[in-house]
Amino acid sequence: MAVAFFYLFSAVLIASAFAVIVSRNPVHSVLYLILAFVNGAGLFLLAGAEFLAMILVVVYVGAVAVLFLFVVMMLDVDFAELRQGFSKHLPVGAAVGAVVLGELGLVALGWQSAPGAKEAAAAPIVAGVSNTAALGQVLYTKYFLFFQASALVLLTAMIGAIVLTLHHRPGVKRQKIEEQNARTRDNVIEIKKVPSRAGV
Amino acid sequence: MPSLLEQYLPLVIFIALAAIIAGALLVLPFLVAFKAPDPEKLSAYECGFNPFGDARMKFDVRFYLVALLFIVFDLEVAFLFPWAVAFKEAGSFGFWSMMFFLGVLTVGFVYEWRKGALEWD
Repeated sequence: MAVAFFYLFSAVLIASAFAVIVSRNPVHSVLYLILAFVNGAGLFLLAGAEFLAMILVVVYVGAVAVLFLFVVMMLDVDFAELRQGFSKHLPVGAAVGAVVLGELGLVALGWQSAPGAKEAAAAPIVAGVSNTAALGQVLYTKYFLFFQASALVLLTAMIGAIVLTLHHRPGVKRQKIEEQNARTRDNVIEIKKVPSRAGV
Repeated sequence: MPSLLEQYLPLVIFIALAAIIAGALLVLPFLVAFKAPDPEKLSAYECGFNPFGDARMKFDVRFYLVALLFIVFDLEVAFLFPWAVAFKEAGSFGFWSMMFFLGVLTVGFVYEWRKGALEWD
C-alpha cells in the first residue's frame, strides 16, 4: 500500500514540476510549485521524516509560496512582450541550458558516496521515539552551535529585509494612543474673551 | 506501534473526501447548470463601467516585507516544536540553548518594532 502512495506522490510531483516550467502563466507555475511541495511532503512522510513533511507544508506551502506569488505579481509580466523576443534569445538560452545540463550530467555520472556515508545517513532512531522527538534530542544540545548560527541567519534575514524595503512616507499622521489619552480639557481648549461688537 | 499508513489513515480519508467534494463542485455545474451565454454576460465586469487597465499591476514592496518577516517568525516557531516534544531529554542545557535562540531573535523583533516595520502608514 505504501508503494502505491509512493508512486502516486512521485508521479504527481514529477508532473507538477514539469508543469511549473511549461506553464505560460507564472502564477500557474507557482500553484503547480505548491502542488509539488505538497507531494514532496507526502514523500517525506512515507520515508518516515514526519517533522520535515510537516515543516515543508507549514513553511514552504504556507510562507515561501506566498512570497513567490508576491514576487511573480511584482514582476508585472506582459505576456505579449515576453513572447516576442523568443527567437532572438533562443541561442543564448539554449547555450546556458546546455551548459547546465552538461554539468548536471557530469555530477550524476561522477558521483560516488564517501565511505561510511551510508551508515551515517541512516542514523538509527531508537524504536518508540518519534521523528520530532529524535530531532529535539540532538538539535539543541549536540548541535548547539549550528542551532545558534541559524538564529543569527534568521536575525540577518529580518534586519536585511527591513533595511532593504522599509521606507516611511513623510507627513503621515499616526495614532499615538498615550498622547491622545493624555489630552485634557486644559491643554487643548483656549477660552478667549471676545468683546461684543468688535468682531473676532 | 501501528504502521505509518495506519497512523495517517484519517488524513488520507480526509484528503480523499475533500478531493471528491471539490471535484464534484467543479464538474457538476458543467453538467447540470443552465447556460445561455452571450458576449455581454461573459465580459469582465467592473462595477458598471468598461474595465480599464490590467489586473496585474505592481504591488507595493511592503507586502513583501510582511511576508518576509512572517517567514522568519514561522521558522522560529518551527524550531520550537521539536524542543517542546523533547523538552525533558534536552535538559537544562537545551532549555537555555532555546532561550538564547529566542533572545537573539527578540533583538531582531525589538529592532523591527522600533523601526516601525510592523506599522502600516
